[in-house]
Amino acid sequence: MATTAVNWSAIDSDPRFQSLHRRKSRFLWGLMAFSVVFYFLLPIGAAYFTDLFKAKLWGVINFGLIFALSQFVVAWGIAWYYARRASQFDALAEDIARDAQRIGRTR
Amino acid sequence: MKPKRILLSLGGAIIALGASPAFAQAVASEYRFLTFAVFGAIIAVTMFVTYLAAKRTKTAADFYAAGGGVSGLQNGWAIAGDYLSAASFLGIAGLISLYGYDGFMYSVGWLVAYITVLLVIAEPCRNIGKYTMGDILAFRNNPRVAKAFMALSTITVSTFYLTAQMVGGGVLVKTLIGIDYEISVATVGVLMMAYVLFGGMVATTWVQIIKAILLVVASLVMVAMVWGQYGFNLNGYLGAVVADPGVQAQVARLLGDAGRNMTPAELGQRFLEPGLLFKSPIDQISLGMALVLGTAGLPHILMRFFTVPTAQQARKSVIWAMAIIGGFYVLTLFLGTGAAVKVGAPAITEIDRGGNMAAPLLAQFLGGGKDSLLGNLMLAFVAAVAFATIVAVVAGLVLAAASAMSHDIWVGVVKGDHATSDEELRAARICSLIVGIVAIAIGILAKGQNVAHLVALAFAVAASANLPVVLLTLYWKRCNTGGVVAGLVVGTLAAIGLVLVSPNMTYPGQIRATQERAIKAADERIAKLNAELSTLSDATAIDRTKQAVAAAEKAKAGAEATIKSLGDATTSLVGLSEPLFPLRNPGLISIPLGFLAVVIGSLLYRDRRAEEMWDELYVRSNTGIGRAAAAAH
Repeated sequence: MATTAVNWSAIDSDPRFQSLHRRKSRFLWGLMAFSVVFYFLLPIGAAYFTDLFKAKLWGVINFGLIFALSQFVVAWGIAWYYARRASQFDALAEDIARDAQRIGRTR
Repeated sequence: MKPKRILLSLGGAIIALGASPAFAQAVASEYRFLTFAVFGAIIAVTMFVTYLAAKRTKTAADFYAAGGGVSGLQNGWAIAGDYLSAASFLGIAGLISLYGYDGFMYSVGWLVAYITVLLVIAEPCRNIGKYTMGDILAFRNNPRVAKAFMALSTITVSTFYLTAQMVGGGVLVKTLIGIDYEISVATVGVLMMAYVLFGGMVATTWVQIIKAILLVVASLVMVAMVWGQYGFNLNGYLGAVVADPGVQAQVARLLGDAGRNMTPAELGQRFLEPGLLFKSPIDQISLGMALVLGTAGLPHILMRFFTVPTAQQARKSVIWAMAIIGGFYVLTLFLGTGAAVKVGAPAITEIDRGGNMAAPLLAQFLGGGKDSLLGNLMLAFVAAVAFATIVAVVAGLVLAAASAMSHDIWVGVVKGDHATSDEELRAARICSLIVGIVAIAIGILAKGQNVAHLVALAFAVAASANLPVVLLTLYWKRCNTGGVVAGLVVGTLAAIGLVLVSPNMTYPGQIRATQERAIKAADERIAKLNAELSTLSDATAIDRTKQAVAAAEKAKAGAEATIKSLGDATTSLVGLSEPLFPLRNPGLISIPLGFLAVVIGSLLYRDRRAEEMWDELYVRSNTGIGRAAAAAH
């Protein structure tokens, strides 16, 4: 490996990295949990809440159809929201990466 | 005993195919030249791209990962091209055309899967890996052991997927242009090998991009024609779908006795409600788990993230892929319902019982029908897109399996990571040749077999074995080589083992019982109809009754042929008379087992390297430090 000059454990315990790690983990796993739960509401709802799914909302269009279409909108929304937040994490990571060699030596 | 039985069932299937009247063909022979012209044009373009790509493929890094020089946007289209297999393009449109809402619901999981890829897999993999999934695991685990097991799992998953694609592709090309199955399979195989062998990842990427663009354009044109009539009003369009007598008749057929007391309007509306296809919600949830977690463990998809230069570009490529794939599935709602109205379920199932021909037949109708030039030109175009789809997906799969063989097993395990770029490039090409030839052989040997569930099995193995080990290697400090080996072995065996004892397999005893019931019912019906016949005097009524007798006799003959094809077998391939495991999709059980095996294996095994490398892996995966070194080879 060409990167032996970097002190990885020093970066790992650097407060900036710790804060990045904390914020990113909470954000990612929270969003992940939300998206999984939202998705499984579709097969569960279609099987056990058939009356709700059959309820007509607009002409022949029923709740089930709207809910299935909403899955697409929500998935795209999650992607958009993630991209926005990830660029903030990028800035923090870049900050750490720029100092990577120095963090290794000063500790 | 077992090989004999496989051969017997294979022989039975071939006889059944030969005995049935030749497959209905979609294209009339006088328009066959159009199909060949469009196919030829697409093959010529992709061959030219391969020629250009071959000049750029000089190192192993070019071959495996296009030298890391693909942009996020290009990679997004390539992921869509890699992922949207014939199963999703033709299969989902077909399911919607026959079963309405349930078919559309099925498509959702295929998009949601990319949230997992986007949030937790794509960027760390780009920062840690080099060419293969084995590289990711080798970073902190014992490289030889991790690469050997990961390569085996990669080859397993890719082979399942590949078999389904080769058989599906052979049948599809045979149906669409009427050439022999064996020649269809060989054509797909030879073309795919040309792309992979000469152009490596560069050519594969561009073939996938071209295919994805063709697919989206073809779908947009068809949807504009179907939906445009209604001024792009969703309610007006779906109102026309539920009011269509053909759709109402299809729902009545599906519901049987349950639909007898429903009005035509109720029957039509039922098409937009859940429950026409899926009867077991637990099985649906199990499949959903395999899709949502399995996509992030598919080697041919993960491999695409090594073709972009940075984690940011990897992220961008997933977002583009989600836009394209999701947009495409929304379009299939219109393709499927459009085919249900314009073509109708009887005509769709006449050519292919699974509904796979719904989209091509819709194209033919929109162009003016069976006897028109434009109709057959549109059919030829959609058929060529379907063909490009299979070739592009197969190329991606072969590249993934060949990389695992050459980079992980030959260079990583056998040569201890000591090989020059030229040696590795040669090894990669030899492995591609081997995998390609094996793929053609499997495709021809599996002729007539029902291989549709192999795609679901590939997703199940990916979700139960590959995803747990990659995820925990990247995110769990205690994970180590012991956990990786345990997870890969247990996850793979659990998924395959559960399928072997599931209702997916053939249970001769059960089939015989069902068919005997059908024969008895047919006999009773024939007796009843014949009794009626003697009392009838009206000519049209006599005619109708005679037709009903003929239909019942045909059903009886079909049931007898099915029983005959079972031979003297009484148990399934693994010796069971009935399924031990009630679900068709093993994910619900095998995915937790895979994760559990990684955890237990890691806790029982002590691996200093895995602990020491954790800081480096975690910092690298989050910051991309040192990534340049990995990308510069």
